Amino acid sequence: MQRIVTACLLALLVFASAAGAQEVLRVGTNAAYAPFEFVDENGELQGFDMDLIREVGRRLGMPVEIINTAWEGIIPGLLAGHYDVIISAMTITDERAAAVDFTDPYFATGQVIMVRADDDRIQQPADLAGKVIGVQIGTTGHFAAEKIEGVLRIDAYPTAPEAFLALRLGRADAVVVDELVAIQEQQANPGVLKVVGTPFTVEYYGIALRKGNETLLRQLNRTLAQIKADGTYDELYDKWLLGGQ
Amino acid sequence: MYSLDWGLILRSLPDLTAGSITTLLLTTTSIGIGLVLGTAMGLMRLSRFKTVGAFAAAYVWFFRGTPLLVQIMLIYYGLPHLGLSLDRWQAGVTALSLNSAAYIAEIVRAGVQSIDVGQTEAAWALGLTRWQTVRFIILPQAFRRIIPPLGNEFILLLKDSSLVSVIALEELLRKGQLIVTRTFKPIEIYAMVALMYLVMTTLISVLVSFLERRLRIQTRTQTSRRRAMGGVAAPPVP
Repeated sequence: MQRIVTACLLALLVFASAAGAQEVLRVGTNAAYAPFEFVDENGELQGFDMDLIREVGRRLGMPVEIINTAWEGIIPGLLAGHYDVIISAMTITDERAAAVDFTDPYFATGQVIMVRADDDRIQQPADLAGKVIGVQIGTTGHFAAEKIEGVLRIDAYPTAPEAFLALRLGRADAVVVDELVAIQEQQANPGVLKVVGTPFTVEYYGIALRKGNETLLRQLNRTLAQIKADGTYDELYDKWLLGGQ
Repeated sequence: MYSLDWGLILRSLPDLTAGSITTLLLTTTSIGIGLVLGTAMGLMRLSRFKTVGAFAAAYVWFFRGTPLLVQIMLIYYGLPHLGLSLDRWQAGVTALSLNSAAYIAEIVRAGVQSIDVGQTEAAWALGLTRWQTVRFIILPQAFRRIIPPLGNEFILLLKDSSLVSVIALEELLRKGQLIVTRTFKPIEIYAMVALMYLVMTTLISVLVSFLERRLRIQTRTQTSRRRAMGGVAAPPVP
């Protein structure tokens, strides 16, 4: 009897330590935001953020499991424990930082205005007075659009590509979105939509995690710093973003 | 233990109420159009002209056989490529009306078929035309019988109207989502959204049972049955 108990305890111990070493990093993302995260034609999750988090997981010895989720529920999903971190071109804002912790910034960007390629009426945010703006719901583009005065209406779509489609179809006069995503869209469909002017906000992307997770936060920050220092970050930047600059 | 943010619930009430009004307007408009179109389709299915019947059958087959969400996407994002550009309100109403018309067509068809063929024969014997028979004899009786399933369809449509949130139409669910993307408090907001849907569907069921009672009082079933039995008193209607 005693031998059986000992064997069971030993088995449990082995199992527990193996599970500990193989702890999975579950990552939430909204993969409709090329070039940061998107689903390629083979159904694979690709993009700058995806490569970055896979590299982080590799260095931490944690297998990475990426969960593609809806943007409007991405922070509630983190808080509910559906995944451990969010990497989804998410700007660090005070509102979000009240609900979740962010790593050190890993990318700087800003909001730009996109219009149809043949439309010259809009050159700057002030020109959006009396216009309909398409945005992705709950993004910093959405919040920036709300700060522009005299806007006729803001239509909030579930994803950025749907806002772009609404703009193409004339349902909106402009889309406000992160700069590199706008540039990607302009290059993917030449002569359809164009970026006007330069970014009118300054924002930083961070990886989000639940509050009170100090160990993971330190590990992520340390790993991000290493990735930046040893040139890996620049390789990813060249691979995904240089074409957009 | 999670503590509810009651202040947020209070602050969200004006927005959620505005969303509920949009939801109600959207649903009542659509059920109204759906009722007219669905009745027409239901009668067409029973037409003696084969092509008319086949058209109505195809209509029901398509709109009942494909997801409403797909229909919304087709109408909002697809139709503009064929030159028909509907804004989000028009697209939402179109999708919900066309969809509910398919279900209502089946309800109306079943209701009409449930009316005894003797009614039609009697109407013809009295010299009524086909259309008069349908309009004055069959439909009034059928309508009374199909009030409960129509009420069901109304409630289903009200709940399904939440699907048009995907085309940025700010009905109740969308208003709730907009608040959650700022506050990250899904429990408070979605519970309130659910509660408001519940209030609206309860109102509809109360309205439907009221309508059912009103029409039952006005019926002359007992009198007509007595006549049919040659003056002998009919057993009381339960």
